[in-house]
Amino acid sequence: MTPPLNSPPPKIHPLKNQRAFSWLRVKAVLAKEFIQMRRDRLTFAMMVGIPVAQLVLFGYAINTDPRHLPALVEMGDSGPATRALIHGMQNSGYFDMQGVVSHEGADEALASGSTMFVLAVPPNFEEKLLRGERPQLMLDTDGSDPVAAGAGAGALPGIVQQSLRPYVTPGDTPVETVVHRRYNPAGRTAVNIVPGLLGVILTMTMVLITAIAITRETERGTLEALLTSPAQPLEVMVGKITPYIAVGFIQTAVMLIGARFLFNVPFTGNPFAFLAAVSLFILVNLSIGFLFSTMARAQMQAMQMTIFVFLPSILLSGFMFPFQGMPVWAQAIGQSLPTTHFIRAVRAVMLKGAGLGDVWGNLWPLMAILTVVAALALRRYRRTLD
Amino acid sequence: MSAVQNVIDVQGLTKKFGAKTVVDGFSMKVPKGSIYGFLGPNGSGKTTTIRMMCGLLRPDGGGGTALGFDIATQSHEIKARVGYMTQRFSLYEDLTVTENLTFVARLHEIEDAKGKVNAALQEYDLAPRANQLAGQLSGGWKQRMSLAAASLHEPELLLLDEPTAGVDPKARRDFWERIRDRADKGVSVLVSTHYMDEAVQCDFITFIAYGRKLIDAPAADIPKEVGLHTWRIEGAHLHEIYKQLTGAPGVDQVARFGSALHVSGRDEAALERAVAPFRGDHDVMQAKTGLEEAFIYLMGGAEDNFK
Repeated sequence: MTPPLNSPPPKIHPLKNQRAFSWLRVKAVLAKEFIQMRRDRLTFAMMVGIPVAQLVLFGYAINTDPRHLPALVEMGDSGPATRALIHGMQNSGYFDMQGVVSHEGADEALASGSTMFVLAVPPNFEEKLLRGERPQLMLDTDGSDPVAAGAGAGALPGIVQQSLRPYVTPGDTPVETVVHRRYNPAGRTAVNIVPGLLGVILTMTMVLITAIAITRETERGTLEALLTSPAQPLEVMVGKITPYIAVGFIQTAVMLIGARFLFNVPFTGNPFAFLAAVSLFILVNLSIGFLFSTMARAQMQAMQMTIFVFLPSILLSGFMFPFQGMPVWAQAIGQSLPTTHFIRAVRAVMLKGAGLGDVWGNLWPLMAILTVVAALALRRYRRTLD
Repeated sequence: MSAVQNVIDVQGLTKKFGAKTVVDGFSMKVPKGSIYGFLGPNGSGKTTTIRMMCGLLRPDGGGGTALGFDIATQSHEIKARVGYMTQRFSLYEDLTVTENLTFVARLHEIEDAKGKVNAALQEYDLAPRANQLAGQLSGGWKQRMSLAAASLHEPELLLLDEPTAGVDPKARRDFWERIRDRADKGVSVLVSTHYMDEAVQCDFITFIAYGRKLIDAPAADIPKEVGLHTWRIEGAHLHEIYKQLTGAPGVDQVARFGSALHVSGRDEAALERAVAPFRGDHDVMQAKTGLEEAFIYLMGGAEDNFK
């Protein structure tokens, strides 16, 4: 009943040596790899977009020798020498002379961060100058960003020398310039970097952890079971996010303790203002992570999306490079990043002793971003299966 | 819910994903207390249909009720009363069996969750594996745990989406015994499957292909409904005979079954003439048309609207 077995046993096709290195097989893998690369648009965007973005940012936006920093003048004297001095500062490119301010107003402007420098011209400046009494010019700088402040402060003596030349005999040092670094008298960069680092670390971990934790459910199919249960989308969202709020606060506490005991960073402001900023910022980042998780189909994608937020948050938030040194368009991008506002608020509270009212200008943008992102995320989440 | 005669009663369900119509005008009535088989090839729209029935997906057309609740507007009521076992394992691999069941019990706000979970561990023989991570269970045990999870809140209707795919034959038998247990307790079951030995165990069968319903009848009536007659041929060189008979007058379908060919056709006389020449050298006998022949036949006639 079985078919006759008269056919010869199958021979292995006498092709080439199967073990030898084959360019044909390499080409097969190569072609497959390129097809996959092209299909995975997010990876492609990373490969092309990130180098281009970095090039533009580092080439144009980021200026470690920032110029046109806002400066105010306390006019004790308004004679031609003072005016020559102000013109000289404006023309040097380092300063953007924005106007005149009173002694009290100067403190406020520096504390709120609306100005970087205040130049105090003493009364009878011109008279003393002409008499050769070496009057004292005082430059108050916002030392919470020592890099930005340092550039202008370093350039000031040269500018003074040059702009006052018509009034003095050449070769003299006609004026004594004193630089007074507010908030960070030693000019330590750690004092500036630690609050910024808090912002960057919270951005990185909060966005990433949330995005991955939720995408994992989609990837493993467990989200479908959650959706078939009577649990409402909002219940799932709150339940999933709350543990990470706790993680965010633990990270903050660790950073604060480290800042205090390792780097001796002061904490001079209102703890409630700090708490408000941190809470808001954690919520914003969690909702961004949640939004990503509704868009990403795999954990890998969620990670890639996080990088698109993380990089600008490092580069354009004022963390790594002075915000005022960036061109207007880069500042506009920076303004839309939650990290930018958070870093400003934390620096103000920790270093300048700011209270709730002082940081309100940084808190409301965070609230606005939170509202928009959370609304988007909830809307997208409802349609997860459809 | 005793007033409801049909635990599922849907008409004209339609779902489109982009330009593709995945489910097209699907209607179905599942009588209370029955085991209803949901058959169809991969990608035929079974999962999408089940998702629409429990309110997880919104139909683009048509509607109906599950357990008397509107599938479009009362999905919350339905979810609370239906046990849905997804095609893909959808419990947490990094939680133990007990932790998984406890999680599900809490989601459903079951009173005495601990007691219910322990009872389920006993009933499904999961107790020895209670503290094992779900990810370490074999396919059969995973499915058993999923059924336990889907039954924890004592649903009136179980929707099982290919519960035995990729499970070994013994585990499949065990699993079906569990399904029978549930049915004996008055639970209605809608189960999708690819296995004919499972399909014959159902009270009713509906067959769907390319999003359209092809047949819907009591399991025993399906071969008669299709109207096929079948001859069985055993012997040598079956592959040659397969080629000769395919497309021959009176032959609608030739299918290989183990060491035999099943030759089927609707015209009884013409079919007999077609197989007659092989009578000398081979065992040729009339056979009962089975579910599988019926479905292969239905599939052949189904219009492929995915082209």
